[in-house]
Amino acid sequence: MEVGQMQRRLVDYTKTLFMEGFLDAQFLQLQQLQDESNPDFVVEVVSLFFDDSEKLLNDLSMALDQPNVDFKKVDAHVHQLKGSSSSIGAQRVKNACIAFRNFCEEQNIDATLRCLQQVKHEYYLVKNKLETLLRLEQQIVAAGGSIPTIEMGF
Amino acid sequence: MAVNGAVTWLRRAEEIDGYDLSASDSEEVHVLAVDDSLVDRKVIERLLKITSCKVTAVDSGRRALQFLGLDEEKEANGFDGLKVDLIITDYCMPGMTGYELLKKVKESSAFREIPVVIMSSENVIARIDRCLEEGAEDFIVKPVKLSDVKRIIDYMTTDFREGEERRRGINKRKLRD
Repeated sequence: MEVGQMQRRLVDYTKTLFMEGFLDAQFLQLQQLQDESNPDFVVEVVSLFFDDSEKLLNDLSMALDQPNVDFKKVDAHVHQLKGSSSSIGAQRVKNACIAFRNFCEEQNIDATLRCLQQVKHEYYLVKNKLETLLRLEQQIVAAGGSIPTIEMGF
Repeated sequence: MAVNGAVTWLRRAEEIDGYDLSASDSEEVHVLAVDDSLVDRKVIERLLKITSCKVTAVDSGRRALQFLGLDEEKEANGFDGLKVDLIITDYCMPGMTGYELLKKVKESSAFREIPVVIMSSENVIARIDRCLEEGAEDFIVKPVKLSDVKRIIDYMTTDFREGEERRRGINKRKLRD
């Protein structure tokens, strides 16, 4: 596949992620921060997000598995996950966290367990999609092309 | 919005005439960024570097105070070579909150002049007001964007340059003539 085709495929894929709500404008902000002096910035931030999130999801599972759930602790973890997902533009994860926090406030154990499943689901979805997107970018760069900038006019 | 943009452009035009635009070490704004989130620290660091600032990023209010040399329990670690020109801190942090850090900085005779900017994901008027009342320079709602940082640094740089000139008693525009 030649570079032009790869670039078009990337643009289409990225646009789909925006339309389906997986990513929001903050992700574009991150891409703007990447340049020749920092060519791996997005990959680095996204990797930090993956590591951070997986640890938080583990902590959440453990916290909700206790006989006496400490909802303050649970809320603190969700708050963190909401923050980092918001910072990279992972919109659906962020929204799932917002719902999660509401149920933490109510101290509703069944609802919070369901929320955890929902957040995990959204996280693994966006992780998958980001990995695909970054792989497409890598292929373009490896073929000597540049990563096209997405305009938010669509 | 257009008004702000015009003002910034005007300041830039004045600065370009007769000024050496290459930032020397002493002219770079040194920002102390405080955030417990690794992801957010990475982003804010990059945002600040892209706006030509020197950045020191720490993960807690406690470490921020240590860096400044304000922590009573630990002695100043001799980092007094690097003056801090601006502190930008997250509000919600475990241990010391950004608000508490703000108060400690403003209570200190040595550091109260350093502008402090608060970042928070919660857009709560009461929280914003409380921070501004305590002396915060500005409040950024997260997620932080490049335009937020540019706005703050533009404002700081103008203030900063003018302040430096007053202190040195030099009017650079006169030198040009």
